[in-house]
Amino acid sequence: MAKLNINGKVRDVEVEAGTPLLWVIREQVGLTGTKYGCGVAQCGACSVHINGEVKRSCSIPISEIKPADRIVTIEGLSADSSHPVQRAWAALDVPQCGYCQSGQIMAATALLKKKPKPTDADIDEAMTNICRCGTYQRIREAVHHAAGLAKRKAQA
Amino acid sequence: MKKLQKAATSLSRRKFIVGTAAAGGGLALGFNLPALIDAGIGEAQAQTAAGTEVNAWVVVKPDSTCVIRIARSEMGQGTLTGLAQLVAEELECDWKKVATETIEPGANIARKRVWGDTATGGSRGIRGSQDYVRRGGAAARMMMLQAAAERWKVPVGELTVSNGMVAHAASGRSTSYGRLASAAAKLTPPDPKSIKLKDPKEWKIAGKPIKRLDTAAKLNGSKIYAIDLKLPGMLHAAVKASPVHGGKLASYDEAKVSGMPGVRRVVKVNDGAVAVVADTWWRAKTALDALPIVWDEGTAAIQSSATIAERLKEGLTATGAYAGRNEGDALKAIEGAAKKVEAVYSTPFLSHATMEPMNCTAKVTADKVEVWVATQNADASLAAATEEAGLKLAQGEVHRHDLGGGFGRRGGTQDYTRQAVAIAKQFPGVPVKLIWSREEDQAHDFYRPISQCKLAAGLDESGKLVGLHVRLSGQSINAWLNPPAAKGGNDERQLQGWWKAPGDAQLGYTVPNLLIEYAMRNTHVPVGPWRGVNTNQNGVYMECFIEEVAQAAGKDSLEFRRALMGSHPKHLAVLNAAAEKGNWGKPLPSGVHRGIAQFMGYGSYSAAVAEVSVSGRGELKVHRMVLALDCGHAVNPDQIAAQVEGSVAYGLSATFYGECTVEKGRMVELNFHNYPILRLAEMPHVETVIVPSYDFWGGVGEPTICVVAPAVLNALFAATGKPVRSLPLKNVKLA
Repeated sequence: MAKLNINGKVRDVEVEAGTPLLWVIREQVGLTGTKYGCGVAQCGACSVHINGEVKRSCSIPISEIKPADRIVTIEGLSADSSHPVQRAWAALDVPQCGYCQSGQIMAATALLKKKPKPTDADIDEAMTNICRCGTYQRIREAVHHAAGLAKRKAQA
Repeated sequence: MKKLQKAATSLSRRKFIVGTAAAGGGLALGFNLPALIDAGIGEAQAQTAAGTEVNAWVVVKPDSTCVIRIARSEMGQGTLTGLAQLVAEELECDWKKVATETIEPGANIARKRVWGDTATGGSRGIRGSQDYVRRGGAAARMMMLQAAAERWKVPVGELTVSNGMVAHAASGRSTSYGRLASAAAKLTPPDPKSIKLKDPKEWKIAGKPIKRLDTAAKLNGSKIYAIDLKLPGMLHAAVKASPVHGGKLASYDEAKVSGMPGVRRVVKVNDGAVAVVADTWWRAKTALDALPIVWDEGTAAIQSSATIAERLKEGLTATGAYAGRNEGDALKAIEGAAKKVEAVYSTPFLSHATMEPMNCTAKVTADKVEVWVATQNADASLAAATEEAGLKLAQGEVHRHDLGGGFGRRGGTQDYTRQAVAIAKQFPGVPVKLIWSREEDQAHDFYRPISQCKLAAGLDESGKLVGLHVRLSGQSINAWLNPPAAKGGNDERQLQGWWKAPGDAQLGYTVPNLLIEYAMRNTHVPVGPWRGVNTNQNGVYMECFIEEVAQAAGKDSLEFRRALMGSHPKHLAVLNAAAEKGNWGKPLPSGVHRGIAQFMGYGSYSAAVAEVSVSGRGELKVHRMVLALDCGHAVNPDQIAAQVEGSVAYGLSATFYGECTVEKGRMVELNFHNYPILRLAEMPHVETVIVPSYDFWGGVGEPTICVVAPAVLNALFAATGKPVRSLPLKNVKLA
């Protein structure tokens, strides 16, 4: 039995201690926006926020999650896709197949929280998730665009 | 009575149109009116949520929302939006009120393939259906106008239409598609041949860089890919097939895992695989990893990359190769030439590595099989599912999900669909979702075929190319998937891009003496189409070797190519466009070098200029790539640019890292730690130049990938003075 705080809601899940957080999120909690891509923390499709930090949930056993940990998945990022990163992704038509984009968006939001005005080098360093469709150029532009949107919001 | 009966018939037909396969209605291509609404109850009921089917392509709701039917698969390439643009353009509807609906293959068969082909590969999604979908949109528009003319008793020629509103200026009347649809649906459709399609110069929706229709659900986790499907009572399966291709399952010890949490059963999956079925996928996978399995690995277990390379090498000089082109006397011309150039190139097996691993959910009963699947070929999914279930085509149903990547992997083979049905068959009436692990996905692909290529060229004293001999040796996709087309090794497809015939993948150079040969050398490793298929390997062989020849001739890379391209103006125009935008011949920052390449595939012309540098430690950096493309008609320039950008990423992954090696008959690279994929930091800045000539329809998803590797390799050659002839670059020391 584990107690999980996901997207602000506390839930009890009945699962073996070694089960990766990803599969608890997908199979026990039933939120499928967080994706399985590799299972070995290489691709980042499973990225979620734990206490504001981006983490690859496929490689974190549920036993390592504490009840106080705040987990946010793509579904919890905003109620209405209004997060600046989501808006920027829409404005630049970033997704192709879209499968990796939950993870990309979670990585980008975590980056912008730390560095509201990231440089290209910051983006290179932080955005290491794999996209097979090759949307990288638009991801870079969208991160810059989102930084602008967030700044405007802050000034408003 | 007659009226009631007709209304009832049309209602049942409506039901299967929107997805539930019912037996019914024979209708000919494109323009049949299902005579949906005849009167009274029919109209009232059919105009509720679903709307009125004006023809096979267009359903109109009372609020004038136009639901456009899409038969091709969406896997990120943007075909869904492009096809909707083409229908909407002719329909003259309000783009803000466009929705789409995917056609399921059972319904298509039941309606005598009114929606044409559902297969999505070979960059044919748009070019292969543009004519009939545009006619479908135009026919619906004409019927709307006719309905308004009859209602107002005015000549149809006095009406105008725009944004789904029909107007009669003289009387000041106007009405919406939503109000006209039911009357329009009752009219006799126009003869498709009589329809005049718009000149692209008049396009307002097509040809514009408008946003995709399918983005919103990809931004908040709400999109349900096949891997995300949940059904009541569903079980989950993890599978392992013989690691050696062609091996068989000998035995397994179910008792060792049957007590593990959630495990229901261990099942045989035909002869070559075993699956654990459990209440969750993680539990199924955990038990599968713990399951002792004995394989009968078969004869292929002695094969390795080294044995395969030896076999291919033998093919480079063997007699009896298939001569795809033999013009003049290339061997003699090269023999007598003032200068000879020779080189041997090679490229490895590659997996597709779609981000969404293979998966399929199946439910089988005594008289029905249903699958929920991401597929590039819904008809093949239906055929595979029904055959595996031992049922008739009409007893099958395929629920299509948009793909988390396709790239050729999810086409006709449908091996994962077969597996899911083979497993679900053993749990009658229970839906079972099969998901492959990444390791399984890497171990059991239909790989891009491995090949080697020996090229020889002769130059005269002035540096003019007088003869070219190409001997390709490698595995044939047709031999694996479509043996009749590879009979006797005469497999034209492996020579894609060297072809003489215009229109699809024509060689853009004129060489007086030309011999293009293919020696088929197959292996036990399954092969299949991989984004760009054989244009990838042939693009490297052709364009890197031409570069070597240009250097040997002492000529500029661009000028040497131009001199060979006088008879191929479209190839040349695209090369020139790339050269111009890529500042060919202009100064570069110190340490940065350019390379150029051109190639034709999938009915489109491509060229690229790459700018690279190599650090003192031998690290290659691709700074910028300019790609030019003539795909004839440009339906959505922004989505074309997205495909070009994507082709650069896919092509560079292959150039830098892509390699599936074989040891003891099995694949070695099983996850992204040893099968690396290009990441954002390595992505060059890509500039797309679309050179649309509007006199043909070419593909978009694949054509540009074939110039990515050669442009980069040629730039690298310029940087180091040494040609790289074997991919990937991770195996090559650059400093």
